[in-house]
Amino acid sequence: MVYKTLTKALLIASMSIGLSSGVCAADAPKLKMGASDTMLAFTCVGCHGNNGASNGPAIPTIAGLSNEYFIEVMKGYAAGTVPATIMDRIAKGYTEDEIKQLASFFVSKTFVKAKQEFDPKLVKAGGKLHDKYCEKCHAEGGQSAEDDAGVLAGQWTPYVMNMFDDFNSGRREAPKKMAKQMKNMMAKEGEAGLHALSSYYASQQ
Amino acid sequence: MKITRRGFIQTAGVATAVGIAGVPYIALGAGKKVVVVGGGTGGATAAKYLRIADPSIEVTVIEPNKDYYTCYLSNEVLSGDRSLDSIKFGYEGLKKHGVNVVHDMVTGIDAAAKVVKTAGGQSFSYDRCVVAPGVDLSYGKIEGYSAEVAEKIPHAWKAGPQTALLRSQLEAMKDGGTVVIAAPPNPFRCPPGPYERASQIAMYLQNNKPKSKVIILDPKAKFSKQGLFVGAWKKLYSFGTENALIEWHGQQEEAGVVKVDPGSMTVTTAFGDEIKADVLNLIPPQTAGSVAIGAGLTDEKGWCPINLGTFESKIHAGIHVLGDASDAIGMPKSGYSANSQAKVCAAAIAAMLNGQEPGTPSYVNTCYSIAGKDYAFSVAAVYRLAEDGSKIEAVSSGVTPADATAEQFRRDVAYAHSWFRNITHDIFG
Repeated sequence: MVYKTLTKALLIASMSIGLSSGVCAADAPKLKMGASDTMLAFTCVGCHGNNGASNGPAIPTIAGLSNEYFIEVMKGYAAGTVPATIMDRIAKGYTEDEIKQLASFFVSKTFVKAKQEFDPKLVKAGGKLHDKYCEKCHAEGGQSAEDDAGVLAGQWTPYVMNMFDDFNSGRREAPKKMAKQMKNMMAKEGEAGLHALSSYYASQQ
Repeated sequence: MKITRRGFIQTAGVATAVGIAGVPYIALGAGKKVVVVGGGTGGATAAKYLRIADPSIEVTVIEPNKDYYTCYLSNEVLSGDRSLDSIKFGYEGLKKHGVNVVHDMVTGIDAAAKVVKTAGGQSFSYDRCVVAPGVDLSYGKIEGYSAEVAEKIPHAWKAGPQTALLRSQLEAMKDGGTVVIAAPPNPFRCPPGPYERASQIAMYLQNNKPKSKVIILDPKAKFSKQGLFVGAWKKLYSFGTENALIEWHGQQEEAGVVKVDPGSMTVTTAFGDEIKADVLNLIPPQTAGSVAIGAGLTDEKGWCPINLGTFESKIHAGIHVLGDASDAIGMPKSGYSANSQAKVCAAAIAAMLNGQEPGTPSYVNTCYSIAGKDYAFSVAAVYRLAEDGSKIEAVSSGVTPADATAEQFRRDVAYAHSWFRNITHDIFG
């Protein structure tokens, strides 16, 4: 309910500024330049959820990320440097300016933590692993979008596991520090470490 | 009946707050009434997004059914992987957004008087009308087929009881039986649908009745995502071998079904071959929904020509047509297309009702097909309006690469299910 109310409030807030009253003011100059932020963002939410808050279980929430991270990943999809099943084709459909518009829309929205199942027995161990290997960049237990890191806390588990897999297999290049930490973590903890970490992130709701 | 009476209030611009409990109503200036004909994917999305765009617009959806069953993912109901209830959606979500929902059948639209009339004897005046009736099935194009015969030989191309009927027939069929799917000619709702359906049925047969098979009889020479489907069929269902669970026969063999004998469950192809089936699924040729035809919104091909930036009819001003019924040149007839078009249309209508020029549109379509266990793939495109307005052109588009890894095909199943949860929430939530 909180989610629904929030979604509605945000949508109405953004749209009534964007379309009904101020539209004209806000959108009219953009007519020649292209679609409004809201119009562009509406093409994303069919898959990623209203205001970028996904209903899962595998498509990630894209609200409340850092501006840099959002833009970097979208450009990575378009360039083929970030592996994808579908986002490579979709990211190519937007210009650099449009990607910036999308970022500004979704960055301003709230990251709604997923209501999902997790293994409570693994949470404590996962928290310790997080503190040891991940917290330095993914601050506040993985909640923070600062340092241009992806938000992990409350992200959908199947997506988090897919990303672990992409980084560990080398399909996706990790920043140097992250690559080192992942390697150390995997050497000591193996697959079990990934399950513990994902349980810890999923436990934050 | 409160809502009903609301519809009769003709005094322009005066909106009384009775009828929609709990919805704060902003006083209206000039008339901002929109009537949406059809509460499917396109109509429901348009209604919701009109209210989001401008809460002072009074939006009424007229839809005969109390529940909507999505066609997308209904093929998973046929294999038994998904319950019929999981594709059923009501209209409580729309009501929470302040949309009036009237369950009645539209019998006519008077474009000059701007009035929609229903079988229940109601009249609804509008400033702008959205028509989203989906498709009508041209039973008459297959000799011997009719709405009555469809109660025995389902099309299952509108989900709900038809889906349940086909599923029950598949469950009752003996091992070693033949399922025949008659695919329709272009253009039709959900281009990859018949082939995903064959895949889902083959998966069910493989696990439960392995001596059986599915035969697709197709009037077309090729079909959507063909390379990916054939790849999946070879890998999963021995396609092209003696033990194939799926056979496809196309225009090359004049395999389109032209006639059915319901008594003997036999179909005749254009070439003249007769094929007897144990379970028969006839998907007839299609046109825009009958409401659109009745309102004079269709052209000689049976679809509705529109302004592609606003979805306003090229025939009747003030009426917008979107989704499967529209001739949205460049976009496929899919659920996601209808959802995306509805957002463009809602934004345009909100602007027009406020005396503004509609903004620049942006459109998208993503369509997943689940061909078997851990095996799905997609087609996706991002679109813009061509500069001369003549078509909706893809800026980027494509299908899953044929050499995708097993991991990618596996992930796409989870992404397909996520897409379903998010888009249905976007429409009905």
